[in-house]
Amino acid sequence: MTSSSPASRAASAGAVALLLVLAASVVSLQMYHDRHFRAAATAQQMLYVRSPAVMKRLALSYDALASDLYWIRTIQYYGGTRLSPDPDKHYELLYPLLDLTTSLDPHFSIAYRFGAFFLSERAPGGAGRPDLAIALLRKAMDANPDRWEYPYDIGFVHYRYGEYPEAAEWFRRASQVPGATNWLEPLAAVTLAAGGNLEASRLLWQNLLTNGEQDWLRRTAAQRLQQLDAIDEIMRLEALTAAYEMRHGAPPTTWQELIAAGALRAIPRDPAGHPYELNPWWGLVTVSEESPLWPLPTERAP
Amino acid sequence: MPATLLVAVHVFRDSIRDKVLYSIVAFAVLLMGTSFLIGQLTAGQDVKIIKDLGLAAMSLFGLFIAIFIGIGLVSREIERRSIYAMLAKPVRRYEFIIGKYVGLVGTLLVNLAIMAVAYYAVLAYMTVVLPPGAFKGGPPAMDPRLLLAMGMIAAELALVTAVALFWSTFSSSALLSAALTAGIWVAGQFGSDLRNFDQVVNSPAAVATARGLYYVLPNFAAFDIKAQVVHGLPVTAGYFAMTLLYAVAYIAMLITAAVLIFSRRDFK
Repeated sequence: MTSSSPASRAASAGAVALLLVLAASVVSLQMYHDRHFRAAATAQQMLYVRSPAVMKRLALSYDALASDLYWIRTIQYYGGTRLSPDPDKHYELLYPLLDLTTSLDPHFSIAYRFGAFFLSERAPGGAGRPDLAIALLRKAMDANPDRWEYPYDIGFVHYRYGEYPEAAEWFRRASQVPGATNWLEPLAAVTLAAGGNLEASRLLWQNLLTNGEQDWLRRTAAQRLQQLDAIDEIMRLEALTAAYEMRHGAPPTTWQELIAAGALRAIPRDPAGHPYELNPWWGLVTVSEESPLWPLPTERAP
Repeated sequence: MPATLLVAVHVFRDSIRDKVLYSIVAFAVLLMGTSFLIGQLTAGQDVKIIKDLGLAAMSLFGLFIAIFIGIGLVSREIERRSIYAMLAKPVRRYEFIIGKYVGLVGTLLVNLAIMAVAYYAVLAYMTVVLPPGAFKGGPPAMDPRLLLAMGMIAAELALVTAVALFWSTFSSSALLSAALTAGIWVAGQFGSDLRNFDQVVNSPAAVATARGLYYVLPNFAAFDIKAQVVHGLPVTAGYFAMTLLYAVAYIAMLITAAVLIFSRRDFK
């Protein structure tokens, strides 16, 4: 039994109070430090171990868990870099992080597919490195030869860069993997024949919207499909402005003129609900810079 | 009650007294805490990461218990001199060793079984809170095949316990026994490197030594099917059965060696 005299109880209470005061001062000092010395404390992102072979040995039998930790770090790195105010984003660590993640867990499908998507995405949204995206997907194919998704993704990377014959060839190779989905062969044919027309693009994004394994991928696909709808609508509106110009000798300067002429019933809005913008000099139509659909794939962000 | 069982029950009670089952609380807190926090960090890989983390935690907690209790199974009795009282009773030395082993493996299995229940409870929770699309393209959250990985973890821990008990029968230093057991577990993860040593070294003697070590050291890497099971990849019944048989044979060999050494020890 322990003795609990009033003196010892008071001593304990004093010790607890001291502990709380010290804990509060530690937190306060850290907050002060963060406020006043942030610039000095900012460390450059770095990878201590870059060799997948070394990391695989270091992880012993916990390689899947180590892979998860690298995956979380990849997400944080990509998100942090993308949201950073730095206009000159390079994503230098994206490929090494994905390489480590997928070497530790060679069946980590989403790491390959996420990686390929954002490695090939042009700046500022991605690294703009289709070569690394394809290298990652080739590694995925070596580890998982029974998955048609990886050759399909290689085709997708080529498609994004306008390399239509290569894209069609990879879609064809994907279609030959046993168990591949049946729309790959028509996709290869459409891509090869049309050289990247809007219908081929729509088919690709529609497939991702329907079969995408992840929310972020489905959201991206939905947005890209809305952009394609907007492009279709812009072509229709530009046909209307051209017809108006032929009839009146000058392009319309506002939507109201087209409405008054009976060509439109109301101000046209893009699929995200923002009014389209009409260039009063040339009769050209674009989505508003306020719209989440801006810039369209046919336009360039400043 | 047979003497072996009496010793085993004694070890089990001792382990409970040593707060071994606190590891279950740590496990449950770790998994539940992670399941709440992980959604923001993983871009839709919550279930995979919870599965990986749960299996790794089961293995790691079990490994610590197997090593740190296993190394003291016999040596602690000698150190405390309670071995004299034990041997004065009608307990044969082989019964003592086997009882000690069965007691600790029993503790580990109970530990693992309760962790498995907590694990499936967290996965059931994830099934409820995550949208149905979260499981697209992968195995279900409550995949019964996860039990295969747990079975392999149990077999691996039983083998680690046998290694720890083996050292415990003749080493008087707990630190040395722990280092040797952990060292053998680590070396047992590098089976494929030892087997393929000829690809990095030209010396036939070094290659032969590495090949010999490959066959002598327990191949712990063979028990690691966690990643396959989490990804829903096939693990054949033949592989599972042969790996279990390998564990049984190796454990029997180590226990026999431990009994032989312990039978010859003079405690006067």
